[in-house]
Amino acid sequence: MATLLEVKDLQTHFFTMDGVVRAVDGVSYDLEEGETLGLVGESGCGKSVSALSLMRLIPDPPGRIVNGEVYLDGEDILKIGMEDMRNVRGAKMSMVFQEPMTSLNPVLTIERQLTETLQLHKGMNKAESRREGVNLLSRVGIPDPEQRIKQYPHQFSGGMRQRVMIAMALSCNPRLIIADEPTTALDVTIQAQILELMKSLTTEFGVALIVITHNLGVVARYADRVNIMYAGRIIERGSAREIYSNPRHPYTVGLLRSVPRLDLPRRAKLDPIEGQPPDLVNLPAGCAFRARCRWAIDKCATDRPVLEETGANHWSACWRSADLGPTAVDFLGASELAEPESPAGE
Amino acid sequence: MTTMQETAPQAAAPAQDNDVLLEINNLKMHFPVTSGMLFQRTVAYVKAVDDVSFSVRRGETLGLVGESGCGKTTTGRCILQLYKPTDGQVIFEGQDLTRLGTRQMRAMRREMQVIFQDPYSSLNPRMTAGNIIGEPLIVHGLVHGKAEYRERVADLLQNVGLNPYMADRFPHEFSGGQRQRIGVARALSVSPKFIVADEPVSALDVSIQAQIINLLEELQEQFNLTYLFIAHDLSVVRHISDRVGVMYLGHMVEIAERNEIYRNPVHPYTRALLSAVPIPDPVLDAQRERVLLSGEVPSPLNPPSGCVFHPRCPIADDNCARVIPELREVSSNHWASCLKAEGY
Ligand SMILES: Nc1ncnc2c1ncn2[C@@H]1O[C@H](COP(=O)(O)OP(=O)(O)OP(=O)(O)O)[C@@H](O)[C@H]1O
Ligand SMILES: Nc1ncnc2c1ncn2[C@@H]1O[C@H](COP(=O)(O)OP(=O)(O)OP(=O)(O)O)[C@@H](O)[C@H]1O
Ligand code: SF4
Ligand SMILES: [Mg+2]
Ligand SMILES: [Mg+2]
Repeated sequence: MATLLEVKDLQTHFFTMDGVVRAVDGVSYDLEEGETLGLVGESGCGKSVSALSLMRLIPDPPGRIVNGEVYLDGEDILKIGMEDMRNVRGAKMSMVFQEPMTSLNPVLTIERQLTETLQLHKGMNKAESRREGVNLLSRVGIPDPEQRIKQYPHQFSGGMRQRVMIAMALSCNPRLIIADEPTTALDVTIQAQILELMKSLTTEFGVALIVITHNLGVVARYADRVNIMYAGRIIERGSAREIYSNPRHPYTVGLLRSVPRLDLPRRAKLDPIEGQPPDLVNLPAGCAFRARCRWAIDKCATDRPVLEETGANHWSACWRSADLGPTAVDFLGASELAEPESPAGE
Repeated sequence: MTTMQETAPQAAAPAQDNDVLLEINNLKMHFPVTSGMLFQRTVAYVKAVDDVSFSVRRGETLGLVGESGCGKTTTGRCILQLYKPTDGQVIFEGQDLTRLGTRQMRAMRREMQVIFQDPYSSLNPRMTAGNIIGEPLIVHGLVHGKAEYRERVADLLQNVGLNPYMADRFPHEFSGGQRQRIGVARALSVSPKFIVADEPVSALDVSIQAQIINLLEELQEQFNLTYLFIAHDLSVVRHISDRVGVMYLGHMVEIAERNEIYRNPVHPYTRALLSAVPIPDPVLDAQRERVLLSGEVPSPLNPPSGCVFHPRCPIADDNCARVIPELREVSSNHWASCLKAEGY
């Protein structure tokens, strides 16, 4: 498969009264056609800002992309004019936002919102765009699309609104869809429906997908590759299998340890990451994770680790990555932590 | 067309233990939906909670799960008498709270507290952390004099893992996890016996979630607390609960001891819910059997006939659209309301 997206040293900062917020501080990765990338990290670590930067939707002021290159199909979309960028946004990449109700216009019918882009970007007339709109709604599993298209967003349930957002994102056959926490506001069973739908698009149409979430289970189920972000940087990346079975960064290990798991014996105690993430205005010297890290050594206080390859296509930014790996999560099945009376559920 | 619904007699509270702290019998909360500009008339009812019975034993954690709008919060609020239930009993230590007068209920409030989901909006932004925590002490007249008040607040801050010097700070100076600790401290201040924790960790990052869950467990042990723990994350609920109840559209569809319900779910909704939970391990997750439900959650304004789950149920038959299933004991202490529960 060919490389679709290449992000190089992306830096997006916000210039505020309190100082410069380094929301995205040197992020590099690439994405193949049809691939699903999971973007994980704590609240405020820069997931949404890094996605909005790709779309060039950073509010300026206070924000600005201060450095980097973003190649989509070989073209650096940070260098093109705003008019061309609007076309890229319509035709090549689109985004499903965190909260569907804020991104749908409450006073316009679904039809208006769905057909507008079709008419704008694909030059369809009213009848054509309407037919395509109905078609899109049925593709995302909305029953009775002929009737439903005439309705307003408030007449749809949360799950259906999210589907409308996906239909809109699909309308111009994009090569890349960015879904920012597409399901956090949804119920478990509806979440599963939506994610299955998105995944089927990647296999059927070769659409590449970036899923932003803090749900490690969702990433395990749907992502081929994973970027773990901390304080504006990617601190570990690799295939989903590698990340989960052979984590090489203490933060990733901490995340995996902190969640209770349905498939394993219930642990007597959860193992949280203590402390708080650092202030992005005042990043400490050395490793940004040091204050919360159980593996820290003296060097971590002074020298900042950068991403280094720790295995096949597996990168970690930690001075001690060689000491981590499978054993760091072995505790999951460890008997002293598990309750003897409860064997694994299924 | 009107169909006659055969209503099976509702089962009594599944309580065997004699150390029951709280007993809910046939609880109903129907919210009127009104219409009309000048003369409001009731045109329909949202049956947010519809004939729910269960009990909570002293010192245990009962987890309550189910999808958005199924009535979890409403159940919690009815127990605390923040809503006046349409019907049913809420028996706390032998007293039916629905029959208490205002004054008697005020005394009762000390025994039952609540922790809210949203650590951002549930704290008064203009009060210091210390006053937020200490306010109930004053309201209930539990401290005498400034020194005692300060001492109690400092103790409470320490109980939830915060520093006493933080008492003078305002909510915006705390992180989400710390704010949730303040909410916990406030609930603890009046030494309650029972706490309704309504999605206490849903708004927090996973790493912080674990901190709060551990804290709640430690406090439970220390103060012999009883929790009703409301959440939609089934992994979290399994971790913290002794027993788990599953709600769907205002009904309790299954309730059993934690290991039992996770190992042998019998209601098709519980099964779908459990199978929808992705496991944070790509290899193991791929091996899991999945039940994908189609369709949306129906509206409680116009709930389906018969078994409320039947339009989405993968094993429903004609009977299910007609007969309202009762909550039955399918095995010892394991209750489910499905006509075909034995089929599994
Ligand atoms: N308009 C803005 N002005 C100033 N700072 C901002 C602005 N937008 C975002 N930030 C800051 O940038 C950082 C990254 O924010 P971002 O929204 O990308 O976080 P996130 O990883 O998506 O978090 P969440 O999981 O909560 O959605 C945060 O520290 C945030 O405060
Ligand atoms: N004060 C009210 N007036 C009218 N209807 C209400 C009221 N409170 C709740 N409802 C309705 O009752 C039903 C149950 O709501 P409830 O808040 O108990 O659900 P929940 O299970 O807590 O959901 P969530 O997971 O989203 O918090 C919903 O349909 C809701 O719209
Ligand atoms: S570099 Fe040091 S402080 Fe940072 S994660 Fe690795 S061990 Fe911990
Ligand atoms: Mg975000
Ligand atoms: Mg609720």
